[in-house]
This record gives sequence, structure tokens and C-alpha cells, in this order.
Amino acid sequence: MNKDYITAYYYDEDVLLKAVRQLKEKGLEVLDVLTPFPVHGLDKALGMRRSRLTRVAFWGGAIGAAVGFLFQAWVFTKGYPLNFGGKPFFAVPSFMPVTFELAVLFAAFSMVFAFLIYFKLGPGAKTVIHDERITDDRFLVVIGVRKEGNQQEIEQALKETGAEGITHNV
Amino acid sequence: MYVSPIREPLIRGEKNYGQVTKEILAPMAGKPSKYWYMGITLAGIAALFGAWATYQTIYYGIGTWGLNKTVGWGWGITNFVWWVGIGHAGTFISAILLLFRQKWRTSINRSAEAMTLIAIACAGFFPLIHMGRLLLGFFIFPYPNTRALWVNFNSPLLWDVFAISTYFAVSLIFWYVGLIPDLGTVRDKAKTKIRKAIYGFLSFGWTGSARHWSRHETVSLILAGLAAPLVLSVHTIVSFDFATSVIPGWHTTIFPPYFVSGAVFSGFAMVLTLLIVARKALNLEEYITVTHIESMNKVIILTGSIVGIAYITEFFMAWYSGVEYEQYAFMNRAFGPYDWAYWIMMTCNVITPQLFWFKKIRTSLVATFIISIFVNIGMWFERFVIVVTSLHRDFLPSSWVMYSPSLVEVGLYVGTIGLFFTLFLLFIRVFPVIAIAEIKSVLKSSGDHKKAAHHE
Repeated sequence: MNKDYITAYYYDEDVLLKAVRQLKEKGLEVLDVLTPFPVHGLDKALGMRRSRLTRVAFWGGAIGAAVGFLFQAWVFTKGYPLNFGGKPFFAVPSFMPVTFELAVLFAAFSMVFAFLIYFKLGPGAKTVIHDERITDDRFLVVIGVRKEGNQQEIEQALKETGAEGITHNV
Repeated sequence: MYVSPIREPLIRGEKNYGQVTKEILAPMAGKPSKYWYMGITLAGIAALFGAWATYQTIYYGIGTWGLNKTVGWGWGITNFVWWVGIGHAGTFISAILLLFRQKWRTSINRSAEAMTLIAIACAGFFPLIHMGRLLLGFFIFPYPNTRALWVNFNSPLLWDVFAISTYFAVSLIFWYVGLIPDLGTVRDKAKTKIRKAIYGFLSFGWTGSARHWSRHETVSLILAGLAAPLVLSVHTIVSFDFATSVIPGWHTTIFPPYFVSGAVFSGFAMVLTLLIVARKALNLEEYITVTHIESMNKVIILTGSIVGIAYITEFFMAWYSGVEYEQYAFMNRAFGPYDWAYWIMMTCNVITPQLFWFKKIRTSLVATFIISIFVNIGMWFERFVIVVTSLHRDFLPSSWVMYSPSLVEVGLYVGTIGLFFTLFLLFIRVFPVIAIAEIKSVLKSSGDHKKAAHHE
């Protein structure tokens, strides 16, 4: 974040949720909220869209299924048709297990990689860790400071919601 | 939020979030206890026995096993199916119970999933080692080669390759995605620089941002949705190894559901065996409570009863089919030379779990531990009975034989048990055994003090 911001923390997820809603109502820019566990309702309060990861998973799975099925069909009808006791070469039912497994495999991996790449997370990723206590028991809000400088207003609003440890990063 | 007063709290003791972090991370800190060293020494010795047996098998070949021309599948496949089955409980707990919104899973899902991964690794060892020439193991994968040949996609053994490897891969990322936030906690609580660097690397730079959390939950939910049918497919495909053959006693359509419920049954037994010891040893009794044990025991009654009905159905179908070979195969199972194995299986799998109908037994740790061992033994014998009794008296009476394992086969089995416990003991030192973030998210609705407030 190359922007000026103010952080403050809460001790309880219900207080935090109420506070975030109030801060948003006041027209303040809530850049991020850092929590030790998923707080339900926070995504709505922050105005997040519905996740598109489900679509990634669907298309990943569809590609996996297509690859699995078409490859098997090609191998047994064109690539190297082998006669197994006179059974049909294009044996759809017996292609199903591998098709299914590949669909699941592709869906799972495409979605997880999409998640990691989108958020730039991964082994040894360089991310800003605002406060080491947020993975323990603190709920941190990050408020963006406007260009004209509204620090006073932000501090006031944070105090009203019961925030502690207000820190300026200007 | 309304909380039914009948429901027992999932986490005992009045706790705040900080305490949860501290108590769950405690087993990872400091020096391991002497019991841990004793455990890992024993497990290591067993694993070394397995290493010797592996050496024998690879150096001299499959001839070192007790197999003969009639019984071509023995302990190897028995152990494979047993281990894969054990793995199923972890996925069942983490995926199917997540979809059913069962909050009690949060205390046990991490360790059960770890158990799954280790069990699949132990299972995968048997198909690999039974090839004898391990160097040619890659032949099972379809890869372009100079012979222009592909693998046989019509074979259930090849489906197994895909099912087991997909199952391992998907279980691994499901488990790891769930671990990322907790690894962030370990990183932030780390005291030394090296520890911080290692867990910083492993935690994928987790920040705890609400945006990440929201998507993380989506990913977990969809992965659960994918893992649920996957876990059902895996043991279904394992059962196809038998069911698509033409051996009396194997060629039955009941196998897929029967194998899947048997897998969940044995897996829960193994989870109980591990956790009853682990909760005590790691001081996590307030997280993994008697309520959790009781819930798992209820799953055991259900799946155990399905397995019992399946055994009886098989017998009925053998008689009702009017096929005398099928009838003989089943009579031979129950009253033939391997009747002892059959009745161990019947006692351990059908009778002992029924004791859980009594609340006293279901909530007793000692009784649960003993019965869970019984189930583990019973389910091993189930696979042994299916494999060996169906094969040892085949189509020509002149080739009827008995089968007993060689020391090398015993070594391979004991070795995987050693490997299993070695890896599990390492897991409890390296990763948080309970999903910290998930516990925190249910603490308010299912913790002790919240419950007390509702009673007033």
C-alpha cells in the first residue's frame, strides 16, 4: 500500500462488524480488515462481490473431464486400438472413472491456484503484515487517509466505535 | 444467535481467542515429552522392519512373499484396501461434515485429514511394491513411449491409479489450504528467526485480510463439494478391482456401497484410536471432548450396521442367485478352513460396534478405545476374508491350497504401521493439530461461557 493509512484494533468480532458498518456509513475508506478467523457478514459490509472462484472451478472441471474423456476415446479408437476380449473400442462407461477423477483434479487445482495467484499468495510471498497479533486475537481495521488529510475525523470515528491502539502510517 | 440448550458445548472451559491460540500451539513448542520419544522409537523400529522387507522384495522379487499360483493376491491388497479405507474418515470429516454444517468437525478435522494423507501414502506403497520391479513403476501412467502403447483404460486397476493419485493430490491441497491461516499464526507466534522464516515460507504470506478470508471460505467449501463425491468414488473404484472380475464372492454389485461404508467405518475407528491418545497426551481434552467422541461413535454404529447388513445381504444373494459356485464360496467363507478369520470379522465389525447403542459405553473413553481397536482388526480381516477365501479354492479342486504370509509380507505390513505412526508423531510436532481459526469461529456460538449465558 503506497497510500497513507491509519490502523486500529478491536477485541471482538461483533464489535468489529458493527464498527466497520459505522465507519462505512461515515464515508470513510476501509482499505482492509484483518481478522484471526473468517467473520461472517464482513464481506457484505465491505461491499465485496460474489466470488468468481466457483466459475474457475467449474471450467477447470469441465476442461479436466473433456481432456480425460477425449484422450481415452482417442487412444482406444485411433491411437492404438486394442481388442480386449471383443469388447467395444469406444467403451463410454469404462471411460467414466478416469474422466471423473480428472474433472475433480482439474477443478480443485485450478481453483486453488486461481485463489493463490489472484491474491499473490504462495511459498515465500512478500506481504505486508500490519500486526502480528491479528492471527491471534485482534481484529484490525485499515482506514485510508484522504489526500486533503482527514486524520482527525478518522481518529474521532474510530474512538467512537471503541477501537484501541490507533496507529498512523502517514 | 439461538443455541439449543440441549446441545453440549463443543469447547470446554471459558476461553478467549488468545488462550485458544496458546493451548493449541503448546504441543509444538518446547522439547517433546518422553512418551513422544518412546512412541517414535517404537514406530521407527517397525518402519525399519518394513524397510528390510522392502529390500528383500526388491532384491529377490515377489517370490519372497507367501503367494502361490492359486492365491495371487494376499496381504498386499488386503493392506492396500485397509489403508485406503482408513483414509476415508478424514475426508468424510473434513468434506461431508462441512457440507452438512456439522460444527463438531472443527476440533478433529485437521488431525483426521493428516491421518488421511498418511494412510493414503501407506496404501499407495502396496501397489508400488507389489510390482516387484519398482523402477518400472511409471509404466502405470499413460505417457508417450517408443512402443506407441497406452495403458488399459478399461481396467479397474488403472482406474485405481487415477483415483488414488487424485485422492491424494486433492486431499493434500484441501488440507494445506486449511492450514495456511494457522501456519500464519505459527509464524507470528514464532520466537526464533529460523522458525519464523520457515513458517513464513509455509504460510504463503497469509495476512488475515477479510478479502482473503472470504475467498478462502469459498475455496474450502468448493473443495469440500469436490472431495465429497471424490471420496465416494475412490472406494467404489477400489471395490471395482474385485467386483468387475468373475471370481465367485467378488462379482457382486453390492460392493461399491458396502466398501464405502466399510471404509468410513474403519476410518472413524482409526481416528478414535489416535485422538483418544492424542487429546490426553497433548492436553487438548477441552477441545476434543467426550461429545466429539460420542458423535464419532454414532457414525460408527451407523456405518457398522450398514456393513453388517451388507454381510448378510451377500449371503442371501448367494443363496437366492441359485449359483452353486457363489453358494460354495460363501459357505466356504463361513465354515471352511478360514472360518476363524470370518468369525473374527463378524464379531469385530458386526457385534462390537452395536455396544455403542448404550450411552455409558459410547461416552466411555476406555470402552471406545478398545472397541475402536476391535473395529480396526475386524476391518482388516474383512479384506483378508474377501481376498483369500474367494481365491484359495478356485475352479479346479486340484489347485486348492492354503495361503499364509511370509515374514517379508508381515514386515511390509508392520512397516507401514510404523511409517504411519512415525509420520503422525512428526505431524503433531510440526503443524497445529487442531484448526485454530476454525475453533475460534465456533467459540462464541458453541463455547462454554456462551452456553452458560443462554441457560440463564
